[in-house]
Amino acid sequence: MHIPDGFINLATSAGAGVTAAGGLGAVLHRVRTTLSERQIPLAGLAAAFIFVVQMLNFPVAAGTSGHLLGGALVAILLGPWVGAIVISVVLLLQALLFADGGISALGLNVVNMALIGVFVAWLVFRLLTALLPKTGAVLVGAAAVASWVSVVAASGGFVLEYAWGGTGNAPVSTVFAAMVGVHALIGIGEGLITASVLAAVLAVRPDLVYGARLLGVRRAVAVRADRRATATFVLAGIAAALLLVVVVAPHASSAPDGLERVASDHGFAWTGQASAAAGSPLAHYSVAGVPDAGVGTILAGAIGLVLTFAVGALVLHISARRGASRSTDDAVHR
Amino acid sequence: MSAGHAHALYVHGDSRVHALPAHVKLVALLIVIVAVVATPRERVGVFAAHAVVIIAAAACAHLSPRFIGGRLLIGAPFLAFAVLLPFVGGGDRVVVGALSLSVGGLWGAWSVLVKGTLALAASVVVTATTPVPALLTGLGRLRVPVVITEIAGFMVRYLEVIAGEMHRAKVAMAARGYQPRWAWQGTALATSAGALFIRSHERGERVYDAMLSRGYQGRLPQLGATAATRADWARALALPLCAAAAAALAVIG
Repeated sequence: MHIPDGFINLATSAGAGVTAAGGLGAVLHRVRTTLSERQIPLAGLAAAFIFVVQMLNFPVAAGTSGHLLGGALVAILLGPWVGAIVISVVLLLQALLFADGGISALGLNVVNMALIGVFVAWLVFRLLTALLPKTGAVLVGAAAVASWVSVVAASGGFVLEYAWGGTGNAPVSTVFAAMVGVHALIGIGEGLITASVLAAVLAVRPDLVYGARLLGVRRAVAVRADRRATATFVLAGIAAALLLVVVVAPHASSAPDGLERVASDHGFAWTGQASAAAGSPLAHYSVAGVPDAGVGTILAGAIGLVLTFAVGALVLHISARRGASRSTDDAVHR
Repeated sequence: MSAGHAHALYVHGDSRVHALPAHVKLVALLIVIVAVVATPRERVGVFAAHAVVIIAAAACAHLSPRFIGGRLLIGAPFLAFAVLLPFVGGGDRVVVGALSLSVGGLWGAWSVLVKGTLALAASVVVTATTPVPALLTGLGRLRVPVVITEIAGFMVRYLEVIAGEMHRAKVAMAARGYQPRWAWQGTALATSAGALFIRSHERGERVYDAMLSRGYQGRLPQLGATAATRADWARALALPLCAAAAAALAVIG
């Protein structure tokens, strides 16, 4: 999810930089009165905590490992305002010190993960907790759902930026399917981890949880992992990932990608050769030997997702075996 | 700021680049990165010029090519995406051996690779020659709000402490015969992450109390903030402006 330099063109990166600066400026203005001097060391420690928790990688698909973005976690633990600042600081230091995410892409990363990631999570959390009874279990469940939505929304932000200024020449619909589909799966992990972390804190110090203070949950509450709820959440997440890849992705290419646009602008769009990838089994997201284009696209999406999931599971299995003895310090000193 | 706190990418040295004020280096870095990102991808020669600029800067900083190369491996995960592009890209196609590749996708892959790598190499030169406290002071001089730089300062200082606590929790788990391996065992790790948050928070409170007892009044003292002379600016910007000029010519021409 950390966008490197050169991935998105300069105009879009600069636009995102201005948006990020404006958004963060508004957030800073808002917390100026509430962020007491006492909270600065606490926010710094929280940022260090988020950085360390982000090192808990869970491999997802074909070589991409998802790590906790932490947007929903900070929003509910610290509130969305301080949370957005904390995530921005983490992103700034990752770009400067750890070469994780590009420096010209910092604005893009802040918009996606600190602004969209945190505030979407907070909106969903508030909405769910407003509708449901205010108990510890609801709080934890709402946190899981909010995490999932926030991760998918953040990846949606990436796709939008790619559609505006991507330099990769991959069609927007492919990028949508890859990014949003994969992040719909990553979101499941994000949701489960966020919920477990929150449950652990609520069991001991509910007074530290901003979301719990707001809802008036003050006594320590033990929220036990409910097998059925967890299974429902995981299955719903997978179903939503399938839905996004199969139904939404083919319609995501309303903007023609760079080369095609140039071609149509110059009137030679129809002189191009028929795609030579027609031989590849998943060419243009339709399955060879299936006559109906709609059904073929759906099948291709589904096969892709299942394959992705299988590869992800395999990678997870192998890396978990290898990584069991690796220390956390190695990850800090990558 | 705690003196001598080194981070993963910092290399101690006494080169001219090390001696430059941090905010000057940050401006120089931004110019190089903007020049690299703005260069049209078809202008291969201009990227070579950018590479020469970055290698010259690395040589001035006494950083070996091997060191820079090792650090560039951090960007390796993005190679995976770049490798995919020629297969999924649209437009005209070329046949290379048994593979049919998209021309646009090949250019896209080249663009992502060369721009990402050059920008990363440039930022490695700056971060390897600038200690963290200086970087944060430099950000402050570039008008980054003090709330951001102070939170960043605390984060950097306590990063290793928190990572150490997480590590000890894992060791304690392993010592009791539990080594989570499967995804569904993640709950155990997440629970220790929850405990870690509480510990971080309580540590933050102790840190604040300790700071108060040492006379903290809401603002950390700025130590060793060096002002930049005109000569500093000239020395630091000479190479980046070459890169910027090359990029500007490439965009116009």
